[in-house]
Amino acid sequence: MVASANTRLRLETVRLTALFGGLRAVHDVSLLFPAHTVTAIIGPSGCGKSTLLRCLNRMHELTPGASVVGEVLLDDLNIYGPGVNPVELRRRIGMVFQRPTPFPTMSIYDNVATGLKVNGKRPRRELDDAVGRALQQAALWDEVKDRLHTSALALSGGQQQRLCIARAVAPEPEILLLDEPTASLDPAGTQRIEELCHLLKRLYTIVIVTHNMQQAARVSDYTAFMYLGRLIEVGRTEEIFTKPKVEQTEAYITGRFG
Amino acid sequence: MTGLVVIFSFLAVLALVLILGNLIAEGASSIDWAFFTKSPVPAGQSGGGVANAIVGTGIVVGLGALIGVPIGVGAGMYLAEYGSGRFGFLVRFIADVLNGTPSIVIGIVGWTFLVKPMGRFSALAGAVSLAILMIPMLARTTEEMVRLVPHSLREAALALGYPRWRTSLRIVARTALSGIVTGCLVGIARIAGETAPLLFTALGNLNFSLSVNQPMQTLSLQIYVYATGPFDEWHRLAWASALVLMGLVLILSMVARWVTRQRYGSIR
Repeated sequence: MVASANTRLRLETVRLTALFGGLRAVHDVSLLFPAHTVTAIIGPSGCGKSTLLRCLNRMHELTPGASVVGEVLLDDLNIYGPGVNPVELRRRIGMVFQRPTPFPTMSIYDNVATGLKVNGKRPRRELDDAVGRALQQAALWDEVKDRLHTSALALSGGQQQRLCIARAVAPEPEILLLDEPTASLDPAGTQRIEELCHLLKRLYTIVIVTHNMQQAARVSDYTAFMYLGRLIEVGRTEEIFTKPKVEQTEAYITGRFG
Repeated sequence: MTGLVVIFSFLAVLALVLILGNLIAEGASSIDWAFFTKSPVPAGQSGGGVANAIVGTGIVVGLGALIGVPIGVGAGMYLAEYGSGRFGFLVRFIADVLNGTPSIVIGIVGWTFLVKPMGRFSALAGAVSLAILMIPMLARTTEEMVRLVPHSLREAALALGYPRWRTSLRIVARTALSGIVTGCLVGIARIAGETAPLLFTALGNLNFSLSVNQPMQTLSLQIYVYATGPFDEWHRLAWASALVLMGLVLILSMVARWVTRQRYGSIR
């Protein structure tokens, strides 16, 4: 395990297996995501990294026929344990997807506020503060502060993705899951999101799935390499990229396969 | 190829223009204030209007839409969001069969199950028949519109901690709203012009009536009676009624489009 003894643990998978019907997409993965770190999950397409991520906020089980074996511990709570409401759980674990998904019928403001409103009614003042804070965390505030009540669709792709980050962090989750958040962005947009990862890990524990090894090297503290649904190796990012212990990892990061 | 497409679209528009032009040419001259405010006069006399039929159309179609829209849109939402199982398949199949059922058959159903047990023709029976006609139509168009909403929006809402029902209403239905409303409008316009389901249910009424328990006149029934009657005066009124009916449908769709105009945008 990679966490040092004094790091407070936030999220951990214990012998986690994810299935689509009879097909194992994630096989027996035990992985620790220490608090206030960025952990990158890398691996070739179809290695199960996105599926693993979707198990962490119980989105995986929404696919018809999908199921999960094993445990995911959020601090000491097994999120697959009895009595855990997946809808409420997802409010504690924010998620951002590959493509920006602003809600087309809502303004910029409403897009950010909607995750708070779904938690129950709040006074307007409180909502205003939370929306402003979330947009500042997502480094979008200066660009949209004068048009909060206009369409979110008028924003550029990179701005839309930062809006989605603002939407995910507005309810103040404990964990932030990023599923290839820069896959549809240009280099400038990508850079801004990567800079955000560095800022946001002070507030949240971040898990990022990425295709892009340079990105993993740039943004993460820990890197986990997956192949064919199994966790091959995990360690400090600089160690994984400079002296990996497993040959498959080395082959992948040096570009010999995948 | 482009030329061919242009010719065909021109032909399609031409038909519409001819119909509208003919209606205006034949009907416009008969439309005056009395036409909207008076009920019909006995055959052979000149003058009189179709106020009873205009109001009747509003009541029968309005009541039909009141019954049909919630059921049809609800069924469509169900089919799109939860209808992947065997029951969904069955509902979809029945809706398709109903969609292909001749409307006069629906009229007979209305007569059998409402007029006969109640012992009289009524506006209510007509409204229910029209609702039956529009429900499968709305269910299928609503389903299509809801299916157009990208799956990624659903996932984004669920990942934010939206319960499933709220995702369906607040995100999915809201995003598909203008499409659903357009579907409803097409449905209402369609039933507003229906005559066959009303022949044995609403029946028609020469007098002004507001009671849904009594037979009621509608513009479509009025047109049917006047157009098939022997008097020139009646033919004139039939043309005018047809023009008014078309105008009503036009106004209805313009108002509804204005009401549901999108502030930010949607999938359509």
